[in-house]
Amino acid sequence: MIDPIKPPRRKNPLLRTRLPASPPRPRSRTSHGFTRAAAEGRFMLQRCEACGAFAYPAREACPSCLSPALAFADAPRQGTLLAETTARVPSDVYFRERAPWRIGLVKMVCGPTIVAHLHADCAEGAPVRMSFQLDKGGQAVAFARPEGDTPNMADDRQWREMTADPKFRRVFVTNGRSLIGQEAVVALKAAGAKTVFVGVAEPWRPFAGEDLLRRQEGVEVVTLDAADEKSAADLAADIGGKVDILVNTTEYVRAGGLLDRKGTSIARDEIDQAYLGFINLAQAFGPAMRMRGADGVNNSVAWVNILSVYALANWPAFGAYSASQAACLSLSHCLRAELRPGGIKVMNLFTGPVDIEWFQTVPPPKVAPRAIAQAIVSGLRGGLEEMYVGDVAEEIRQRLAANPKALERELDK
Amino acid sequence: MQSKNLLELAGAISSGAVRVVDLTFTLSPDFPVIVLPPEFGQAAPVRIQEISRYDGRGPAWYWNNVTFGEHTGTHFDAPIHWFTGKDLPNNAVDTMPAKDMIAPACVIDCSAEAAQDPDFVLTVPLVEAWESKHGRIPARQWVLLRTDWSKKGWRDYSNLRDDGAHTPGPNPAVMKWLVEERGIIGFGTETIGTDAGQAGHFEPPYPAHHFLHGAGRYGLQCLCNLDQLPATGAVIVASPLKIQNGSGSPLRVIALVGSN
Repeated sequence: MIDPIKPPRRKNPLLRTRLPASPPRPRSRTSHGFTRAAAEGRFMLQRCEACGAFAYPAREACPSCLSPALAFADAPRQGTLLAETTARVPSDVYFRERAPWRIGLVKMVCGPTIVAHLHADCAEGAPVRMSFQLDKGGQAVAFARPEGDTPNMADDRQWREMTADPKFRRVFVTNGRSLIGQEAVVALKAAGAKTVFVGVAEPWRPFAGEDLLRRQEGVEVVTLDAADEKSAADLAADIGGKVDILVNTTEYVRAGGLLDRKGTSIARDEIDQAYLGFINLAQAFGPAMRMRGADGVNNSVAWVNILSVYALANWPAFGAYSASQAACLSLSHCLRAELRPGGIKVMNLFTGPVDIEWFQTVPPPKVAPRAIAQAIVSGLRGGLEEMYVGDVAEEIRQRLAANPKALERELDK
Repeated sequence: MQSKNLLELAGAISSGAVRVVDLTFTLSPDFPVIVLPPEFGQAAPVRIQEISRYDGRGPAWYWNNVTFGEHTGTHFDAPIHWFTGKDLPNNAVDTMPAKDMIAPACVIDCSAEAAQDPDFVLTVPLVEAWESKHGRIPARQWVLLRTDWSKKGWRDYSNLRDDGAHTPGPNPAVMKWLVEERGIIGFGTETIGTDAGQAGHFEPPYPAHHFLHGAGRYGLQCLCNLDQLPATGAVIVASPLKIQNGSGSPLRVIALVGSN
């Protein structure tokens, strides 16, 4: 059993803030099958299509029958911890700073033996459940946790290196005028965030839910018009050094594509809010977050984007909006690479139509803003990079993977 | 007028004998803009994007790219802005006569009434009462409605409620009367529009826009410092940007005020 982490004290201003280090990064191309699994919170191993044997580590041919048909497939997570060891003086800078560090050998029920990082409550000979996690370098690593839940489980030191748990962290929700933003504030507070800063653009303009937002304890309403360069920079000057998790809840949804819209003013607003707003936020908050990636219990850990799944495939009924989301998706990959040296995760959460005013005429199923808020919390707790919230998002993803051309035709209706 | 008189005026401005009052709000990204129902096209707020600031993007110079709507901040309305003025000649900011950009103003102080009632409307009897004190409003002068609205915080300034904005303005009868009976050159306010916040419910809707622009007259809004102007005799300089076929523009509005 592990002790719960304590709320971090105020920093000693005489001490230098430690800069983040990265664990070793090189991986083979095949090994990035694990990266994909870890990004989505799945547990996947290579499985021989000829003989059915699971294999680990990644390889080019089946160790049982030499077949080259080794595709990644979801695998059972159960295993037994065979042996453990503690690295006390590792040569790698990242692990040396975090030593002692426990690793172990796990014999999987499905066959292979895996070297894994260990949760403190894993005991030799005991059953464990395995996952792939993204480490501070953004690479997949195997992680073994006890089979069942243990007290304060998420507070484990090694586990917390792999996740972005809101507990005791300071979160910035960029747009509190939206339902998603307001639900996110509530969910993140409930998840143990110390402070939730929430941005409100044009504070002279009243909005639904405003009273509740201003009344919540531990919630600080701040003025932010993300589309305005100076507004983002001014706010970052105030709170940039205190943002451990940034949740980009920019929302600007308008129906329409190209031909039935007149001119570019709506498209411009879409780009202003979604794309330039993203850039302004990244330039204002990104550098300080990247620098604070190893700053104690409440280090900076994650950036969350809420994107339309139609960023992946254009939905002509909301065609220009889809395009603005595609631009943000592309930008998120750039941000991920640039935040990587700080160990900051960039989590993209894809949704179908949300149950908000701007999708009023779209028939169900629609995603409830609360479901998105809960997904944000669970994704941060699991240390994920990609999430698909709701049936529509999941379905679009699968149809895109199966046949992009078919999906394009099908979305045209 | 002889040149020497004009030079005398310039000298008086320079010496301070003629006061110059700035009636303009700073053009900034956070200044409230008019709010229409969200399904309509919206006035863009001001955006200021740095091109360089003595840095790698331009080592010795500072400059910005600026974007805004024609009706953002302290701004001018040209006749073409409203459907009633759409077919008039020279109805846009680039074609309007330059001489219309300088004209005297009558300032009607309704700050006490507006403090009592955000939906205060200016009426003909109120203007007639003003005239009995200050004289008949001459033709081709501005009428500026002083409400001290510009002194409010921005939430109270826009004063949006669930049934729309509640800000003072003129009623239909007084607008028609000012335009037709007094021949004013334009009407100016401290609020976000020349019309009252609830003017969409008037008959006709938005009477200041309707009557002013229909008769080729102008509007000024988001003015400030009207409390520094005399009831009569100030000269307003309001020259909008020369935007091609522009319906209006943000501008610097100044008033020249004599010493008496």
